[in-house]
Amino acid sequence: MDASKRRFIKQSARLLAATGLMAGGARQAEAVEPPEVPPSMKVPGSGMSEYGSPAKHESKVTRTLIRSQPGTTGSGASRTPLESLDGMITPSGLHFERHHNGVPDIDPETHRLLIHGMVKRPLIFTVDALLRYPMVSRIHFLECAGNSQFLYQPAPPNLTAGQTHGLVSCSEWTGVPLRLLLEEAGVDRSAQWILAEGADAAAMSRSVPMAKAMDDAILALFQNGERLRPENGYPVRLFLPGWEGNMSVKWLRRLKVVSAPIMTKDETSRYTDLQGDGKSLMFTYPMEVKSVITRPSHGMTLRGAGLHQISGIAWSGNGTIRKVDVSTDGGRTWMDAPLAAPVLPRALTRFRLPWKWDGTAAVLKSRATDDSGGLQPEREKFIAEHGNNAVFHFNGIQAWSVAPSGEVKHVYA
Amino acid sequence: MCTRDLVCVALALVVGGCASADMAPRAMESPNLGREATPAQIAGWDISVGPDGVGLPPGKGTPPTGMLVYEQKCQACHGATGAGQPNDRLVGGQGTLASKAPVRTIGSYWPYATTVFDYVRRSMPYIQPQSLSDDEVYAVTAYLLNLNGIIGANDEMNAQTLPKVKMPNQSNFVIMYPSRGK
Repeated sequence: MDASKRRFIKQSARLLAATGLMAGGARQAEAVEPPEVPPSMKVPGSGMSEYGSPAKHESKVTRTLIRSQPGTTGSGASRTPLESLDGMITPSGLHFERHHNGVPDIDPETHRLLIHGMVKRPLIFTVDALLRYPMVSRIHFLECAGNSQFLYQPAPPNLTAGQTHGLVSCSEWTGVPLRLLLEEAGVDRSAQWILAEGADAAAMSRSVPMAKAMDDAILALFQNGERLRPENGYPVRLFLPGWEGNMSVKWLRRLKVVSAPIMTKDETSRYTDLQGDGKSLMFTYPMEVKSVITRPSHGMTLRGAGLHQISGIAWSGNGTIRKVDVSTDGGRTWMDAPLAAPVLPRALTRFRLPWKWDGTAAVLKSRATDDSGGLQPEREKFIAEHGNNAVFHFNGIQAWSVAPSGEVKHVYA
Repeated sequence: MCTRDLVCVALALVVGGCASADMAPRAMESPNLGREATPAQIAGWDISVGPDGVGLPPGKGTPPTGMLVYEQKCQACHGATGAGQPNDRLVGGQGTLASKAPVRTIGSYWPYATTVFDYVRRSMPYIQPQSLSDDEVYAVTAYLLNLNGIIGANDEMNAQTLPKVKMPNQSNFVIMYPSRGK
């Protein structure tokens, strides 16, 4: 290869890299431009594999901001790298995690689910038995109540979209409607609540209203077509569509039908929302309407003025996303962003909007509306109403600034 | 066609209808595979304690005995006398909830005393959950309530006394379900 040809290839590689939105540095490998034939066509490829993995070049797309309580390894969270994904489904291996004392190692042969309390017949189920029940499949998001909590901070956090908003993920969940098992046990008519408890070392437990249990609650056994991942509750978890993630108890071992909430630690001292006036909101179950632009977002650089695609996700625990507005001028004017089908209740909804960037400073925002009338508030309005002291249920608007250099950063605007 | 023939036709229709219903179960028909649980099985698993005290086991403990348990089993993570560090602070903070730096502890925040027993028994100590005896759980609960100035230095906690303890912040919780949940 002569020197001018090599130079041309190098320049092409740089150009190719420059056309993409890159979170990290540009790739160093030289592109193989036509008319040269790619080396992959000159040797046989590798063989089949028992369980596939992501491409080796995507090895940096991992769960992010993994943090655990001091002195522990399994009392914390990991987040979905939202900025690296597109579409509405989260790969199971990138689904966010939140554990209270690690991921238990459970053999499905020995696992049991007990339903007792205010029932005619207390029952024990094996996992094999559960697998014989009629099942439903539903695509739903799961969101930790603490998602986006860094936006309560007085200064904008120096974090990516996944690091701030990655405690939400979306999967197809398949399992048994909880109602079937409750009917089999024969629930006392005066019973209004169910305590759900996990078989983990935290024996994580929450009280669930009977109305939700009888409505759309699922005992999930499959996620995205395969059996649940250990970190998502293998072999069986409760799944409560739209409600704060902590209530969808993983590694479910016990359901106790009761007349009133048990007032567990997680529904009293933990997942409650301290307001500015010192009062605390309790049993704030549905996750409110929210959206975030995932591309471009904090940490990325726009390579040059011209046409760019804005892409993001919107969701609501109260229903179906009806509309997403996008602003590129900090909220002065808004554009209706097309929603990608399917648009499903209590599921992540992808929106995409082409944007012709003129190369000057811009501030990007997205604002979601759901079919229950919920409208995502500006951050300033949300903080004015709720104060800075809460940890959970933040659903204010997220803003990204774009500098003339193309650098995208988290701002409050 | 005679009356008897009509009856026969009607019977055949009824029988046939039943048979086809057996062949085609309802879409969400349950196979009823639950096995009845015995009281002893339930007793071994039923560890939840409600705010009315339902579920509290026999046993008892006082702050002085709780202090001994705490120093051995809890202090490494929660600091001397519940002061916190490296993990959650358990004592103090009363009067701070509406300030710019709220301190949420058992004493300043938790609405029910029974939750302390329930949580410690099911989840603590972190590296050895469900290893404390019921007497030890009552004792360490008593110790933490006393450190927070909620019960006296020698008050005994048991299944009768614990549900009667009134937590100072209880009236500041506003229940949002079902008004906000559907």
